[in-house]
Amino acid sequence: MPIESNTMDRNTNSLPTEQKEKGIKAFIKKCKDQQALLWMTVPFVIWVFIFKYLPVWGWTMAFQNFKPALNFSEQEWVGLKHFLFLFTDDRFLGVLRNTLAQSLINLVLGFVTAIALAVLINELTNIKFKRVVQTISYLPHFLSWVVAAALVSSVLSIDGIINDILMGLGFIDDEILWLGVGEYFWGILGAAETWKNVGWNAIIYLAAISMIDQEQYEAAKIDGASRIQRILHITIPGMKSVIIVLLIMNIGYILEAGFEPQYLLGNGQNVEYSENIDVFVIKYGISMFNFSLATAAGMFKTVISFIFLIAANSLSKKMGQGGLY
Amino acid sequence: MFRRKKASFIRTREDILFDTGNIIFMFILCILMLYPFINQIAISLNDAADSVRGGIYLWPREFTWHNYAHVFEKAAIYQAIFISVLRTIIGAGVGLFCTAMVAYAIAQPHFIFKKSITIIFIMTMYFNGGLIPTFLLMRDLQLIGSFWVYILPTLISAFNLIIMRSFIEGLPNSIFESAKIDGAGDFRIFFQIVLPLSLPVLATVALFVAVFQWNQWFDVFLYNSSQEHLTTLQYELMKILQNSSTTSSGDMASAFANSADGNANMVTPKSIQATMTIVASLPIIMVYPFLQRYFVKGMTLGAVK
Repeated sequence: MPIESNTMDRNTNSLPTEQKEKGIKAFIKKCKDQQALLWMTVPFVIWVFIFKYLPVWGWTMAFQNFKPALNFSEQEWVGLKHFLFLFTDDRFLGVLRNTLAQSLINLVLGFVTAIALAVLINELTNIKFKRVVQTISYLPHFLSWVVAAALVSSVLSIDGIINDILMGLGFIDDEILWLGVGEYFWGILGAAETWKNVGWNAIIYLAAISMIDQEQYEAAKIDGASRIQRILHITIPGMKSVIIVLLIMNIGYILEAGFEPQYLLGNGQNVEYSENIDVFVIKYGISMFNFSLATAAGMFKTVISFIFLIAANSLSKKMGQGGLY
Repeated sequence: MFRRKKASFIRTREDILFDTGNIIFMFILCILMLYPFINQIAISLNDAADSVRGGIYLWPREFTWHNYAHVFEKAAIYQAIFISVLRTIIGAGVGLFCTAMVAYAIAQPHFIFKKSITIIFIMTMYFNGGLIPTFLLMRDLQLIGSFWVYILPTLISAFNLIIMRSFIEGLPNSIFESAKIDGAGDFRIFFQIVLPLSLPVLATVALFVAVFQWNQWFDVFLYNSSQEHLTTLQYELMKILQNSSTTSSGDMASAFANSADGNANMVTPKSIQATMTIVASLPIIMVYPFLQRYFVKGMTLGAVK
């Protein structure tokens, strides 16, 4: 018995190591066989580590009083000082509020308008007209934010069309400097984002609508359902899964409100409403050279976003809708 | 793209009402989408001093090419156009090639690192080091002040990689197998079989990258703002925009002061901004109607997975 158990032990011990050795050998052989694939990918894996992963090391700056001229070992460590400063700083709390408000407005507006536009485009019966409308509706998406900001600021300028129309209709007595009043900024931003992206965002919903079985519409017509009823009971439910996935993913991006329109349309008069985390990082980092504080703010955003996105992705997978990928 | 409805039923009054309302709405939508452009074109073609009076909407009141002449008088604009075009072509070409190669590799079901490499790239969609660490990295890599800072950091985007991988995975497997039996290596299969078969997705990704490159201004601002020979059209427009927004209220006053000089050939910030806006966006406006179906294809490909 003891001998037997001994051999058994040895057997059970030796088997995995043998397998492991075999595994390593097999692995090396596989690598050799797939040399070409490795040559195709390894340079870019190195690239991705340098350009995408290495900067994360820079987050250490958030815990230092970083001075660009000094080596890493010479930097002064300050712990959570910058984070504590941020969360007691009225300006940063305002920035946080702006980020969330801008995102929420963009989220709600973006969703509702894109879905509505997709439904209405789908209801167009003339194919040519439909195509023209679609083509025109995504034009602004392809323009840079610089161009879009130039257009927005021109439309909203003192002698722009918005002031002319409102004055002409008698809604206002004097021209309004729209970008000079902070309270209007969130609305302007939401409108600009919608103008730029509504046509593009509608594409995905139109694709979802095109998957709906046409027989459902025919059957509903026979049953006497009106146009509106068909939209409410067939088209919208048909888009449900796409809507849910996109909604969840967009909530994951809640802190990523973008920076281009805020930076380009922001000015001294609306700064209290336009400045979000990304703009704050640019201003502190690039203009004031406070690298540590800017990095702390950026790191805070990225970490929270990361958690949100992972949660959103797994939630959407759990609901059987498939994640982002 | 979307199925035509069978017109098998008589249109009711409700249908007619709905369709009419819908068509009117679509017309308004198209006007909203296009008006800002047409307005800028009109302003850019209108006499600058006259534009200050306002009231230019769809058509120039006092037609002139002077604003364009003024913009194209400066040597800087040619350099900006050159760099914009160069980064668009090189960025799209190099980016496309690299993305396709990695996509091909991670589309191979037997590739041992298929999963790990895919994850390494997808992770980059979820986080980034942020502005300052990236800036310092570029400084350490000595990329600041060079043209390659426009190309290298954005060589492969995870989104485009996934689109391409999905497409290559959708190619019939038998092609790869028979090529392998004939003794073709991965590089030969990639260049001679996969690339020619992937033209639709290559076009889509090339367009995504090209539009992205053409529209970029932030990396110029960040890395090369003092390098005049590396400026781009978008960045030049951005500078004009920033100048005019800081003086937005004094804008009109200074323009009036200018016009009081009686100089018939004067320009105003407003007319220069309009002209630059058109110059910076015209290439895209002219190209995109013909290429939009590729964009749409890419969008749906990426989303459906």
